[in-house]
Amino acid sequence: MNRRMFACAAAALALSFGLSHGAKAETPIKLGMVAHLSGPLAGGEAVTHLPNVQLWLEEVNAKGGLMVGGKRRPVELVQYDDKTNPAEHIKAVQRLATQDEVDFMVAPYGTGFNIAAAPIYAKYNYPMIAVTAITDEIHELTAKFPNMFFTLGSTTGFVEGATRTLEKLRSDGVIGSKVAMVNVADAFGIELADVAREKFTAAGFEIVYDKSYPLGTPDLSPVVKGAKAADPDAFVAWSYPPDTFALTEQAIIEDLQVGAFYTAVATAFPAYAGKFGGAIEGNLGAGGVNPETDAMKAYRKRHQEVTGKAPDFWASATYYSALQVLQQAIEGADTTDREAVTAYIKNNAFDTVIGTIKFDAHNNSERYWSVGQWRNGHFVAVADTGMGDSVAPVAKKGWK
Amino acid sequence: MDIVISGLLLGGAYALVAMGLNLQYGVARIMNLANGEVLVLGGLAAFWAFVSFGLSPLLTLFLIAPLAFAGSWAIYALFLRPLVKRAKSRGQLEVDTILATFGMSFFFVGLMVSLQAEYFTYSFLAWPISLLGSTVAANRLVAALVAAAIAAALYLWLNRSRSGLAVRAVAVSPGSARLVGIDVGKVSALAFSLGGMVTALGGCLISTFVTLDASAGVLFTMKALIIVIMGGVGDIRGAIIAALILGLVETAVATIVDPGLTLVAAYAIFLAVLLFRPQGLFGRRSA
Amino acid sequence: MSERLKLALGVLIALAAAFVPLIADGYWLSIAVTIMMYTALSTSWALFSGPTHYIALSTGAFYGIGGYLVATGMSDFEASFWTMAAIAPLVAIILAGAIGAATLRLSGVYFVIFTLGLAEMIRNLVSWVQNNFLGARGLYVLTDFDERHIYWMLLAVTVAVFLFGWLLGRSRTGFALRILGNDEEVARHVGIDTARTKILLFMSTGFFAALVGAIVAPRYYYIEPNVVFSPELSFLVVIMALLGGTRHLWGPLLGVVPFTMLWEAVSAAAPNATTMVLGAAFLMIVYLIPDGITGLAAKLIRTRSPS
Repeated sequence: MNRRMFACAAAALALSFGLSHGAKAETPIKLGMVAHLSGPLAGGEAVTHLPNVQLWLEEVNAKGGLMVGGKRRPVELVQYDDKTNPAEHIKAVQRLATQDEVDFMVAPYGTGFNIAAAPIYAKYNYPMIAVTAITDEIHELTAKFPNMFFTLGSTTGFVEGATRTLEKLRSDGVIGSKVAMVNVADAFGIELADVAREKFTAAGFEIVYDKSYPLGTPDLSPVVKGAKAADPDAFVAWSYPPDTFALTEQAIIEDLQVGAFYTAVATAFPAYAGKFGGAIEGNLGAGGVNPETDAMKAYRKRHQEVTGKAPDFWASATYYSALQVLQQAIEGADTTDREAVTAYIKNNAFDTVIGTIKFDAHNNSERYWSVGQWRNGHFVAVADTGMGDSVAPVAKKGWK
Repeated sequence: MDIVISGLLLGGAYALVAMGLNLQYGVARIMNLANGEVLVLGGLAAFWAFVSFGLSPLLTLFLIAPLAFAGSWAIYALFLRPLVKRAKSRGQLEVDTILATFGMSFFFVGLMVSLQAEYFTYSFLAWPISLLGSTVAANRLVAALVAAAIAAALYLWLNRSRSGLAVRAVAVSPGSARLVGIDVGKVSALAFSLGGMVTALGGCLISTFVTLDASAGVLFTMKALIIVIMGGVGDIRGAIIAALILGLVETAVATIVDPGLTLVAAYAIFLAVLLFRPQGLFGRRSA
Repeated sequence: MSERLKLALGVLIALAAAFVPLIADGYWLSIAVTIMMYTALSTSWALFSGPTHYIALSTGAFYGIGGYLVATGMSDFEASFWTMAAIAPLVAIILAGAIGAATLRLSGVYFVIFTLGLAEMIRNLVSWVQNNFLGARGLYVLTDFDERHIYWMLLAVTVAVFLFGWLLGRSRTGFALRILGNDEEVARHVGIDTARTKILLFMSTGFFAALVGAIVAPRYYYIEPNVVFSPELSFLVVIMALLGGTRHLWGPLLGVVPFTMLWEAVSAAAPNATTMVLGAAFLMIVYLIPDGITGLAAKLIRTRSPS
């Protein structure tokens, strides 16, 4: 008898709690994310994507959530791990769409994953603001998947940035025309090297060393020795994180004297400066930001405070901006109806930490930084498309 | 000359990757698919000690050694001995250990991801040393020297001591070893733990010049399997010579032909060796 | 169960499977695609590895050849999907024949690692060729297929694998294989050409793996050589087949289905520690179900029936 009374009381109590709780908080908006928590791309995901989602959730929920229909609705994250496996990725996105029925999703890390997931986003009308996806097929892809948006630039845009940087250095008399170029033999590296071969030659550069190396090469010293033997004025590597680190270390060891030293992904990582300290002063790489704007300064400060680490100097800010676009589009359209939000993204301009984002007729934002240079602990943009605020590149002066 | 020196240094690094697995598979008959993860764990320890306490990886070696030995012993005693006991044949043991260590490799990756999801990258001894007119990285030289020391110690121990003799006996034939009064279970546990220790030490050294991450283990597991098989199962000399051959071939091809073909050449050499010597360089024909 | 009854049951199951896309959509369909893909791969793998006891780690290489040829054919040579999907398995068959002929001298673990090394060599070779000789503006496989079409094509391949396995079991070659599986010496003494039999079977696994790789390629739209030539896939196929057991034609199926479901359950239950929990779950299976799922099933049947 006693026990029964207790159970009844407990149930009543729970009910009243539940009711009062439900009356206060609005139904959350569910945000889906499929991350590479392990596997080959996990290292990049952990630097560029995960902390920004954490930061954005913190910022939004501190205000009580997103303002929709006159009420603030908190945002709740539903996240799965795909182990950097495209088949798992597709399954997890399907699960988010049809089982968890999330309201929105954030785009994955890596070109291949964005493209593989695009048909599912399209099928369920999710707007997909791709960031870490660099391709020359933007027009074809957005024609096929009209709710897909691109923010970080095209393959050609990237190579053109690098070409302009080298041209500027050449006209300043810093370098001559001899370029040593290497690339990682994976889709990303192969594509960039292929475009670069054409653009560099067209700009009057002579490619004196042009080799690829396989993914996971344990010793890149023969590559750097080979490049050095070709006596280049500039060194360009379309590389991935582990080889960006390895090539730079070998260049220091071989004392490769060039007026321009460029490595691609991970040059913008804080860990790159952490590993090499002052030796990388003047190094060029993919990305770069304008660290001087107030919005960027505030973003970098908050990122450090909330996540305990610094953001990278490239796609971090853009990824955070993509979240801001989503946020402003949901609040602007004043609904969680995905088609309305997608239409809002297409038709409006957004104020973000990287400045204004406005998508063109092909859902592409033609505003991005493409080449950065390490200067005094900051990786500053020295080439861009549509940004107009990058500074002039300077010579790389030795490795001391 | 560049090729020979760089090649030997790379070979030294490969020896670090493969010697441990050679002991584990050759003696304890455990096809350890989690070998690469143990290596990366060693690298993670070195990274963590360096970044948090400024501890030199060369000192971390001495901390890792007993930990890795004890950890491997525990894994063997808790997880692998039951499989050895229940296996009715060599084939079944192989299948069971493949499945079990595959599970362990996942577990270790998950564990490391939760500890450090980003790249383990730091700078240690990253300065040039001139060696016979060729420029090499100090950290690679150190790794190769330690590899040589470990290899020499293992070789002397296996060939000059009583316990080493017992290990070799088990490698050749566990059945006969038992007949002459060798405690096969204990020797296998010893070989497995030593193997785990050598692998973890290798990871500690390799992390000074290769940027590792929590998921990098599988690359090393595959390299180690290739080297062990190319050298011949159960012979430490085989693993070392196979490692040096791979190092030299990769460096030569990268320098003379095309860096894009280094791994192709390495695997081609491996395949060629097996086609001409199906039991590996130093292997015995199976009975 | 008589052979005829088994066949009828098989046909029924296949027919039922064909209707899955009409009821399941989205998530469940994508699971069904995964199951179908691994069923085709594991079953055809087991047809070779079961009787010969050769553990081949080359599935990823053949699967990669299928995916890569479709991608490069469509992107670099403007071929149609169907042409490439027809060419790819033939290339794989020729390659498998050559590999089979070269590797018969190897036994046990030497064969296992040889196939692994071979797969890695092919992967690097393809990347190098793509890098240096082919138009390298990315490999796009743009078709109008959706998950349903891919599922049906995979189902057709799976049915073909089972049919092949069933006919094999009834043929002279199948009889030879059973002897070979029990004792190779005996097989040789009774005049079976063991080499030829093994090579033919190995070619069949190569054929089916490349076909599956080709069919799945449109699902990913964008093919990266390093992703399609996946060593992980080779291991997973082996693991699932071993889990199910390789003694029966339907053994691998009993590995694939629980493995995929377990994988899903773990991903959903522990999204932040999927890899770790999966590893732990895996260890439990090895210790608690020592003879694989088919072994467990056989044991259950034996304890149920008093005979």
